[in-house]
Amino acid sequence: MTGGNVIAAPGVPAAAAPSRPGRLRRIARRRSTLAFLMTLPLLAVIGGLVAYPFFYAIYLSMLNKRMTRFVGLDNFAFLLTRETFQFVVWQSVIFAVSAVIAKALIGFILAHVLHALPAKGQRKWRGMLLVPWVIPPAISTLAWWWLFDPTYSAINWMLMGIGAPPIAWLGEPGWARFAVILVNVWYGAPFFMIMYLAALKSVPDQLYEAAAIDGATGWQKLRYVTVPMMKNIIAITVLFSLIVTFANFDIVRILTNGGPQDRTHIFGTYAFQVGIQSGDIPLGAAVSLFMFPILAVFAVFVLRGVTRRSKEMAG
Amino acid sequence: MSGASLTTAGAAAPAYRKVGSIRRERRWALIGAYVALAVFVLFFLTPPFHMLVTSLKSSAEIADLSGNPWVVRRPTLENYWELLQQGNYLLHFRNSVIVTLVVVAVTMVISTLAAFALARMRFWGSATLATGVFLTYLVPETLLFIPLFQIIGGLGLYNNLLAMILIYPTLTVPFCTWIMIGYFSSIPKELDEAALIDGANHFQMLWRIFIPVALPGILAATIFAFTVSWAQFLYPMAFLVSSENMVLTVGIVSDLIRGDTFQWGKIMAGALMAAAPPLLVYAFLMDYYIAGLTAGATKG
Repeated sequence: MTGGNVIAAPGVPAAAAPSRPGRLRRIARRRSTLAFLMTLPLLAVIGGLVAYPFFYAIYLSMLNKRMTRFVGLDNFAFLLTRETFQFVVWQSVIFAVSAVIAKALIGFILAHVLHALPAKGQRKWRGMLLVPWVIPPAISTLAWWWLFDPTYSAINWMLMGIGAPPIAWLGEPGWARFAVILVNVWYGAPFFMIMYLAALKSVPDQLYEAAAIDGATGWQKLRYVTVPMMKNIIAITVLFSLIVTFANFDIVRILTNGGPQDRTHIFGTYAFQVGIQSGDIPLGAAVSLFMFPILAVFAVFVLRGVTRRSKEMAG
Repeated sequence: MSGASLTTAGAAAPAYRKVGSIRRERRWALIGAYVALAVFVLFFLTPPFHMLVTSLKSSAEIADLSGNPWVVRRPTLENYWELLQQGNYLLHFRNSVIVTLVVVAVTMVISTLAAFALARMRFWGSATLATGVFLTYLVPETLLFIPLFQIIGGLGLYNNLLAMILIYPTLTVPFCTWIMIGYFSSIPKELDEAALIDGANHFQMLWRIFIPVALPGILAATIFAFTVSWAQFLYPMAFLVSSENMVLTVGIVSDLIRGDTFQWGKIMAGALMAAAPPLLVYAFLMDYYIAGLTAGATKG
């Protein structure tokens, strides 16, 4: 892929002195050997702990439960017929899509609002708004779990104050789905905010001035200046977040552990339950691998966006 | 755009009739902005606030349904005190610290070397490798934890902190390498030429020039590696079983919930103390934290 060039090394190799070709070639050869040695630990990590496990997962997914016999694609076929797994697929899609849309909208609004503030106040507000992203999700979800507690829910206490009936946040499938999405939005929206804010700051002021001279309204500036300038960042952030949200584990595992009646399971938590807790490693590997095609498509588009962005930045 | 060459002075001049309405519009926009900010700050900070409130309550006060759950009547530090005095909390904290420190050190060595080679010393396949590094960063841990479970078992590292130290770099190294390639590439070529003329070898060049010049990038990458290692939940959940080997993210839940008894006061106190290190790093190094976060999208 030529795209890597832009990320890796724009320009020509250093130390090009055309007068003494023999010595130069020797230096170049020595240099590339050294470079290879320097990337060796990286290659070991990627090869041994990412690429190899991936192919091993494919192999594992084609064994029977006791891992004694090769069964081909039976595990995948079996999963597709299971009603629980169909729920998992749907819930993963609903969870990822709705959470990412909400995060992107909130992030966009907050970035704009922050951008409009005077520089001094901006820092303080930004500092507070990024807190959900800084706390490890496995830790902050405990706080949400407690807020959703069936007996002591502090949210229900407030609802009671305005005369509304208490809600079984994690006990009723519809509300439990809403709860896991809400927590994911709470955790992830600040990330979108900070990415959009960085992108907004990189839009040249002259463009807005020019638009103002042409008599553009605020909405027109947004529509014809801001959005086109940020299109690439928005695409990258949304796709990246789709990958991460689709493959989420922490929030669902702690908050509902897939319940009630397996209605909030997503790929990650279901694979954990099947593969680790019930001990059916091959079936668990198959559940995980179902994520792969969709993640691969998103990843390719992220890469394309990032490559395009680096070309833009390079001029 | 043709208007881009005009200056700001031109923008204010023609519409003097509308200046008043523009100013009023601006003021309303600003008020609207503050309202929106207040609403979201409230939403974002409510869970940590409730965490703090609960952690300061005695078990009796938490169990008392007649009171307001959002305020503390008799604040006490007994939850914190008990956590630090008895049980495995300190052990979990220590384990988290050990794993995180080792992983951050290993990550920085691996990714600094690799980023230097990929940014400055082209070799066969280096461009493909740089792309591969970025794609590896996009591989989520939920895709690989089951084969890794088998591999860790095969190596005899099940229920061992070493397994964490071995596996966490898969999550930290790709991104750190990738952002450091960006930082290293932005260093002017003249600097390495000058160093080569002075007779420096590649390691001296890396140590004396690249690392000092790219220090902000290295700090950003270090913070990223730290937060990822500290927050990791799935791998310890899958590979660690006995309490004394656990790290904070899984230890709090496993030790403070016994069947149906939830010691919420202690859980919240433990969670707050576990959240403290990343929050402190963030508070003191906010600019580097954000640089690391946004580097992926705004830098090459």
